[in-house]
Amino acid sequence: MANIVSLSEGIAELVHDGDVVALEGFTHLIPFAAGHEIIRQGRRDLTLVRMTPDVIYDQLIGMGCANRLVFSWGGNPGVGSLHRFRDAVQNSWPGRLDLEEHSHAGMANRYVAGASGLPFAVLRGYTGTDLPRHTSNIRTISCPFTGELLTAVPALRPDVTVVHAQRADRAGNVQLWGITGVQKEAVLAARRSLVTVEEVVDRLEPVPGQVILPAWVVGAVAEVPGGAHPSYAQGYSVRDNNFYVGWDEISRDRDTFRQWMERHVLEAVESE
Amino acid sequence: MSGGLDTTEHPDWTADEMMTVAAARQLRDGTSCFVGIGLPSTAANLARATHAPNLMLIYESGCLGAKPDRLPLSIGDGILADTADSVVSVPEVFNYWLQPGRIDVGFLGAAQLDRLGNLNTTVIGGSYGDPKVRLPGAGGAPEIAASCREVIVVVRQTPRTFVGRVDFVTSVGYGRGPGDRERLGLRGGGPRLVITDLGVLEPDPDTLELTLTRLHPGATVDRARASTGWPLAVADNLVTEPAPTVAELNALRALSATLEGAP
Repeated sequence: MANIVSLSEGIAELVHDGDVVALEGFTHLIPFAAGHEIIRQGRRDLTLVRMTPDVIYDQLIGMGCANRLVFSWGGNPGVGSLHRFRDAVQNSWPGRLDLEEHSHAGMANRYVAGASGLPFAVLRGYTGTDLPRHTSNIRTISCPFTGELLTAVPALRPDVTVVHAQRADRAGNVQLWGITGVQKEAVLAARRSLVTVEEVVDRLEPVPGQVILPAWVVGAVAEVPGGAHPSYAQGYSVRDNNFYVGWDEISRDRDTFRQWMERHVLEAVESE
Repeated sequence: MSGGLDTTEHPDWTADEMMTVAAARQLRDGTSCFVGIGLPSTAANLARATHAPNLMLIYESGCLGAKPDRLPLSIGDGILADTADSVVSVPEVFNYWLQPGRIDVGFLGAAQLDRLGNLNTTVIGGSYGDPKVRLPGAGGAPEIAASCREVIVVVRQTPRTFVGRVDFVTSVGYGRGPGDRERLGLRGGGPRLVITDLGVLEPDPDTLELTLTRLHPGATVDRARASTGWPLAVADNLVTEPAPTVAELNALRALSATLEGAP
């Protein structure tokens, strides 16, 4: 049975300085509220992992929570660049950010290997690109049956994965649906996990295409209505596109960014 | 909509609209297309609204056969999931659908492109560890470029974009030349077309070097050469791409209007 906790308890218990942390979500169901709580609790030296680091990772990087990023595409979806991410890579502000860079196929397969309890995954990928020259985590392997040269990537095992979902029951069984990205794989690959949900209900109504994470593979569940804002939770909310557009302006300048974060994240109190 | 039947040219269009229309025309009805957000998504949805109603749109967020009635705002827009034939996980999109070569056309953009169609979306200038400009990175592009039966690149033509050699190979076009894709074990056919705001480039059958084969109305060879950072080869039988028809442009503007006030 998963523990039902408050968001602040969940982050305090499960996310530690120096951890490898994945906050997954593929445009949909991005755990923004959990990311904000990590910033408020002042975590440092995190290795952030995510296929598509977007605005919440821009905020974590800009607030100095991370010194390493493992990723495959870093941008503001539908808008443009992540300015805090770029400033960290190009100017080491607010600190140095080391990158481990993959393709989407490589990252997805690293999670699959982690979820499968295997040491690595095999794919046809990366060949001819410059990506393998910059990480030892992309290697060549020959098929033991045909001799064909393929690519191997090691399993990704985050210390903790945080995802947002539509709902959970009181035992901590989690239901999510719509675009499910790599959330299931990222939770199953992790040593610990926290799922924030729109609501905790007495009984889960079956939903077409739902993904259930049974309570016994989930570490903790926190009820955080709107916890994906400005991304969306299918069936509960729509994407706040104006926020993504507005972020481009807020994040361009270091001082404007800091002021925004102080007012909207650091001084904000978790509503329970 | 009956686009394609009415060949009356619309008198008033922009270079970006011409580029989008030219890209849409290349998508055949009944085929499958791996779509990125932005111009490729606009072109693919324009094709669906005009001559290719049964074009199968595949988005890397896991939406297969999406049929949005407005332009999606991102590859993970809820309207893609709501209208898709099926919604699958991201590992499944890449492992089951893209990798085995089931997808006909991959649609890619780039920050840099070289004369052999190699693409850069990673870093520009400086070194990898200390770049002048950090770009978003690879995303799905390397495997789209490797595995789709053919690739269409859509990109504005400028000397900064069309460079002799890309600063970083994010996605392979023809590598270093003839035979390179085969040597690298890439199963897809590589870039069949590069569509720009000035015209269309296609690989030379022998050297695979991108060659200007079509000009958009109003564009000139001189302008195309001045917008290319290498000595641009021009086909002997250079032709002019037809201007957007009234039907095409009306459909495109109706689609674009669905994005007003959105990113």
